[in-house]
This record gives sequence, structure tokens and C-alpha cells, in this order.
Amino acid sequence: MVKADWTIYEEDYWAINSVLKELLKNSNSQSVLLIDKTGQMIASVGLEPDFDLMSFASLCAADFEANSQLAKLIGEKDFTTLYHQGSDESMYLSKVASHIILVVLFNKRTTLGLVRLRVKKAVEGLNTILSTLFDKLEYENEDLKEFDEEFAEELTKEIDALFSD
Amino acid sequence: MSLINYSSREINCKIVYYGPGLCGKTTNIQYVYNKVAPETKGKLITLATEMDRTLFFDFLPLELGTVRGFKTRFHLYTVPGQVYYDASRKLILRGVDGIVFVADSQTSRYDANIESLYNLHENLEEYKLHVDDLPFVIQYNKRDMPEIIDLEDLEEELNPEGYPSLEAVAITGVGVFDTLKTVAKGILQRLSQN
Repeated sequence: MVKADWTIYEEDYWAINSVLKELLKNSNSQSVLLIDKTGQMIASVGLEPDFDLMSFASLCAADFEANSQLAKLIGEKDFTTLYHQGSDESMYLSKVASHIILVVLFNKRTTLGLVRLRVKKAVEGLNTILSTLFDKLEYENEDLKEFDEEFAEELTKEIDALFSD
Repeated sequence: MSLINYSSREINCKIVYYGPGLCGKTTNIQYVYNKVAPETKGKLITLATEMDRTLFFDFLPLELGTVRGFKTRFHLYTVPGQVYYDASRKLILRGVDGIVFVADSQTSRYDANIESLYNLHENLEEYKLHVDDLPFVIQYNKRDMPEIIDLEDLEEELNPEGYPSLEAVAITGVGVFDTLKTVAKGILQRLSQN
């Protein structure tokens, strides 16, 4: 039986997805992504970016963490949002719950002000969904019966196949 | 921190390569990157200085096949080994599922290994973790170098607890996959036993 440090169930995923889609539409942005602070991608909506999403997620998490440490150094508790401005494409990152990052990719079709405004509302919605999700994990102590020792054995075979000289 | 996403049917796990400066952490990951099938690997990200010393981290996502509809990914990270990048090292450890400690077998790096291992313990403590809490593997790298410390001495100093340990020459690939397999299997075992 597998116990992950955290788990996203189908119904929570769709609830999260609908908030992201609404944000995408209301902010007129290109893509909206949700990443956890360890650099793992949770969900993404909008235009499929033509870059490697896994790398993007790990760099966003590192970016956010590095900035959070900078905040502490100057006596701030945290920087809850970050903005990176490019000549064409820009990024707006915002902290959600305690360890999730919302990333909005946008271009000149919209403005920073609008993105910031819509993100604020989306963060409220996501906070509600995620806090319910974390409570559920705490109380249910997830018992994921789909994964057992057989499952681990099958994956072990995959590992042997992948890592062979 | 392993993350199971039921909707996208993915399991993601994070493996961190730790160790003193120039011990071969990046070399381990580069070897893996060069050797695994193209369809199983993502982009290798390296945040390094102009002198090719790791500044923040290296990152390589690896994808196992799909088992029972679930895609399993290992995210490999290295930390910067140099002493003054401690803040970055701490950040990379967040959410770690398994650790490889790469020790440099050369006599001249004896103290650097001890210092780095001590630093790992300290940084894990910040996340209220201990190496006993997660799969931990020690790799004695650079076994091909002329002046190296005896394996017994290394074991005695760095591994009195008897964690799984392997000898390696990362530059030619000796021991690289075996190290990774050991830690990856440890993670899966831990997941299924909990």
C-alpha cells in the first residue's frame, strides 16, 4: 500500500482545474500552471507551452524558494508574489496555501493589473479547495489500495530496464 | 515529497545527490542523461557558474514506463557542493524522497567528505528529517584515482551505520546506474511498505 506525502484525487483535480480555467479566461492570459514547492507539476491549462514543462516547474519552484529566502534576509516573512517581465512574454507567480505556486504566463493581450486582480480571486478559490484537500489527507491518512508490493515489484522491473548500461 | 496525481495518473519522486565540491554529483547525472533512452528523459537543466561549478542545482526528470496506468517519474537533483552555497543546498532538500551521498575517495578530500555529510545532517534537521527516514545511499566515487582512501576507512568514517554503499567511477559510468537503482528501489519499497 502506498502512502504519498500528498495526493490529488480526481474530484479535487477537476475543482482546481475549473478555477485555473476561469483565471485563464478572465485574465486573458496564455497559460496557467499549478506547481508544488518541490518543483512538481500539479495541473496546467491554456496553450500547451512549447518548452519542457518538468524543467519549467522545477525552475519556478527554485525561483520562488530563492526569493522567499531573500525576503527573510531583508526581514520580510515572505514574498507572496513574483513578477518577471519580458519584452513579449511575462510571468506572474503567486503563493497558494502553504506550499503551492500558481504561475500565469501572459503577453501583451492583457495587462499586469488585470492578471494581478484575477490571480487574487483565483488564489482565494484555490486556498479553499487545497485546505479541504489537506484536511482530508490528514484525517483519512490515505490508504491507496491500488498500490501494493506487486505494484512496487513491477516498477522495480521498470527501473532495471531503464538503468541498464 | 512523493506526489500522486490521480487525475493525470502520475507518481513523482525526488532524488537528491549530495556531497562535497567536485566529488562528481553532476558527473553522475550527466552520465545518466547520456545513457538513458531519449524517450525516458526530459531536459537536463544545469545552473552553473562560468567555470562549470554548480551554482544552484542540476535537474533531470526521468520517466519509468507506465505501470497499472500510472506514469512514474524520478526527478534527479544535485546540490552545489561548495561550502558557501549552503542556502541553495537547503532549498534543494525540500521534499526529498531519497538521497545519494557522493563521497570523493581521494585522500586530499577526506575532511571535505566529513564536513559535507555533517552539513547534510544539519540541513535535513531543518526539515525535521534524518537520513534514517528516507532511502540513503553512499557512493564512493573516483575509485580510479591514484591516491585514494581505503574502502574500509571510508566506511568506518562515513558509514558506521551501514547504509547501502557502492564504489564508483562516475566519469566512466562505473557504479552510476547501480547507485541510482539502489536509491530508486529504496523509494518504491518505502512507498509500498507504509
